[in-house]
Amino acid sequence: MASPAMQKTNQPKSSWRVIDIVIASVLGVACGLIFIVWNSIGYAWTTAFHALTPGLGGIAIGIWLLGGVLGGLVIRKPGAAIFVEVVAACVSAALASQFGISTIYSGLAQGIGAEIIFALFLYRRYSLPTTMLAGMGAGGGAIFLEMFFYGNLAKTMSFNIIYSTTVLISGAILAGLLSWYLVRALARTGALDRFAAGREV
Amino acid sequence: MNLLIKINPVTRIIALMVLTTPLLLSLDVMSAAIALVATIILAPFAGVTWKMLLKRGWMLFLMAPVAALSMALYGRPDGKEYFSFLLIHVTDNSLALAAAIGLRVLAIGLPVVVLIARIDPTDLGDGLAQLLKLPERFVIGAVAGSRLMTLFREDWYSMSRARRARGIADQGKIKHFFTMTFGLLVLSLRRGSKLATAMEARGFGRTTGRTWARESTVGARDLVLILVCAAISAIALTVSIQTGFFKFLGT
Amino acid sequence: MTTALGTRVVARNFGYRHASRENPALKDINFEIAPGERILLTGASGAGKSTLLAALAGVLGGSDEGVSTGELLVDAPSIGLVLQDPDSQVIASRIGDDVAFGCENLQIPREEIWPRVERALELVGLDLPLSHPTKYLSGGQKQRLALAGVIAMGARLILLDEPTANLDPQGQKDVVAAVDRVVQETGATLIVVEHRHELWVNIIDRIISITDGEDVQPAELIKVGQLPGAQPSTSKPILWANDLLCTWGGLRSFEVPEGASTVITGPNGAGKSTLALTMGGLLPPKSGQLELSDTVRGGLNTPPHKWRSADLAARIGTVFQDPEHQFVARTVRDELEIGPKIMKVDASERIEELLDRLRLRHLENANPFTLSGGEKRRLSVATALVAAPKLLILDEPTFGQDPETFTELVTMLRELTDNGISIVSVTHDPDFIAALGDHHIEVSAK
Repeated sequence: MASPAMQKTNQPKSSWRVIDIVIASVLGVACGLIFIVWNSIGYAWTTAFHALTPGLGGIAIGIWLLGGVLGGLVIRKPGAAIFVEVVAACVSAALASQFGISTIYSGLAQGIGAEIIFALFLYRRYSLPTTMLAGMGAGGGAIFLEMFFYGNLAKTMSFNIIYSTTVLISGAILAGLLSWYLVRALARTGALDRFAAGREV
Repeated sequence: MNLLIKINPVTRIIALMVLTTPLLLSLDVMSAAIALVATIILAPFAGVTWKMLLKRGWMLFLMAPVAALSMALYGRPDGKEYFSFLLIHVTDNSLALAAAIGLRVLAIGLPVVVLIARIDPTDLGDGLAQLLKLPERFVIGAVAGSRLMTLFREDWYSMSRARRARGIADQGKIKHFFTMTFGLLVLSLRRGSKLATAMEARGFGRTTGRTWARESTVGARDLVLILVCAAISAIALTVSIQTGFFKFLGT
Repeated sequence: MTTALGTRVVARNFGYRHASRENPALKDINFEIAPGERILLTGASGAGKSTLLAALAGVLGGSDEGVSTGELLVDAPSIGLVLQDPDSQVIASRIGDDVAFGCENLQIPREEIWPRVERALELVGLDLPLSHPTKYLSGGQKQRLALAGVIAMGARLILLDEPTANLDPQGQKDVVAAVDRVVQETGATLIVVEHRHELWVNIIDRIISITDGEDVQPAELIKVGQLPGAQPSTSKPILWANDLLCTWGGLRSFEVPEGASTVITGPNGAGKSTLALTMGGLLPPKSGQLELSDTVRGGLNTPPHKWRSADLAARIGTVFQDPEHQFVARTVRDELEIGPKIMKVDASERIEELLDRLRLRHLENANPFTLSGGEKRRLSVATALVAAPKLLILDEPTFGQDPETFTELVTMLRELTDNGISIVSVTHDPDFIAALGDHHIEVSAK
């Protein structure tokens, strides 16, 4: 009784393959590591910015929003942005314990923010403007969460306006624009061959 | 002594959430202080001495003043004003909030040091999938991916040395960061692809449903831990409300 | 416990093309393998052997990733695949859990899983407790662990894709012995893809060529070409050490002669790589003396690990085990130009020379990550040479390579020493040592 060796069950396009799940996890882990390095690089500067300026510290936040946008852009399936950002948050929380449970909540909110944008485009458009919007969406998630859980609600209106603006800009550029270029550069190395993102370039 | 030894890793996380999340509802010194003191007192029972608490949690002692400073300068102005410059207003209210957030950073951060000791990812995954019924494939994928972490760290150091060997490491730290990030992502995608193939080759993802070689169990100890943590946050908030310190989200 | 009996494997005009490539990876593959047969699959590099194994194992991906033609038939769905890279196949942090993974996926009841795990570990010779951490395993042990995982699943067809390519000689022997024992006990059919034919020739039944499905005689297999042997060196040392203590390993005292090729040998985990990195100024030594001759020093009086990156590159070049760790640019040409640009040195002549000598000219505009293994290796050597160092250090340069690339690398390195450049290589490859072992540094575990 011989049967074909390559039997594959037929799955709908939107369901996650094993490669999707593993790569999403791996991207999350890599981003978590990157978050920690980013934090230690500019520690003196960002600390000074956060502590002393009326909200300009938000300008560096974008890197922390990278996971969700990158995840959504590479995997292109529902839930990708949330999954990758949450895994990244868990990894950074596990390795650098000063962050605690709020990091994971932040990750969730930021991931949802990006996910909403990708969902609005029905998971079909992945152009530069969409990606930058997703970065802003993630930023929106961050703003929302920090308002309630980091005490920003208790700060002055001027602080919050400036902070929100810098976060949104940072999200658009450091998460959105950067992700977009990263994915194109990654595709050119052949590392994304098993994904639609890799076959576009 | 360590009373937490037989506790399920998932319980630790739930306990952490139960202890620290309610504290986020209020920004005041009383609730933060009560939770913080309780954590410090109970830490030795969980096998974490005060010396270890300081050693592992030193980052928090740096972050707390930073958060406090920002709040002191930009907290909502109310009461007597001590100093003002452009958008900065240091007032009674902003100082009170500053103290509160400083304490709260510690109150939320130190329990992590106490509760989250070395957790094995496989055991955590077992708990998340078997007990919390999170989607199996994602949990296992995340656990397998997390194992690559040590490899990534080695890759990062190796890349760093490689750049030094090539004569290009003298440039700015930021540019360095971006090229290393790219390199790490390429390597992680490669390793991830190989891992995915290896997992598929062992039958992962072929059918829905699987059996579990290890059983994830919970017992009385787990319940007690969660109840104790719930009690701490409940007491902290109640006392804070009764004594009038309670400040919903800081307003 | 199940005893697996081998499965028949039949290919009829089988072909496969990846969606992202223009040319098919496999075309008109025909062969027939009887149950329980042990086959060595050969063919030129890039002939599609890995793709064939992946197809047999059912891991090639869905219809959006490629198109297959013809038939590929096996009797039983239970197929195991072991890949080349030991690190990327470890799934759990404890060895027992890792072996049990496949059983869990097959929905085998818990009571049956652990007996299978223990039997599998015993068959591959991993005599360690089930809770032993996987990260402390050597490469050879990791490969045997993967094999255990496969047989715990009751595999009736075992596929091995270059399983010993990344291992040291002891690990290689252990893996071959384990495979022999496993196949004997379980009766599974075996297909091995490997360029180190000598290792496997004694335990297999037949050798099949992938290009025409015909049997190949052992004598016809590609062997490493005749290479000129090593010439013992008598020149004065360019680098020497007295009671040097690196961040890993014991005290070392040795010399490196100028203009010759030195090899650093020793058992796994003894600290060879650490020593090489310390010599290259990339790791600080803990204590002891590490001296360089004036040829290398070029006027600097401080120890190498304190030199600025630009100064270091111009004096000592290091080629890493994984070439991809060194790539920073988008094209091959940029890779060569970026070093001199940042170091503010004019190396345009040297760049052109390197592009030609290392046969990278036709790849000038290609992305470094898309190169083949051998091409990446040449590029990484080129980037180290572009700053014209007097001393070149290579960490496991023959890792995971096929015979053609190997010959090419050895020839190139010999040319370098002929031109006065000193070379130090960390290696365990006996052919490499025979050709380039002018001087030996033995690193022992103590």
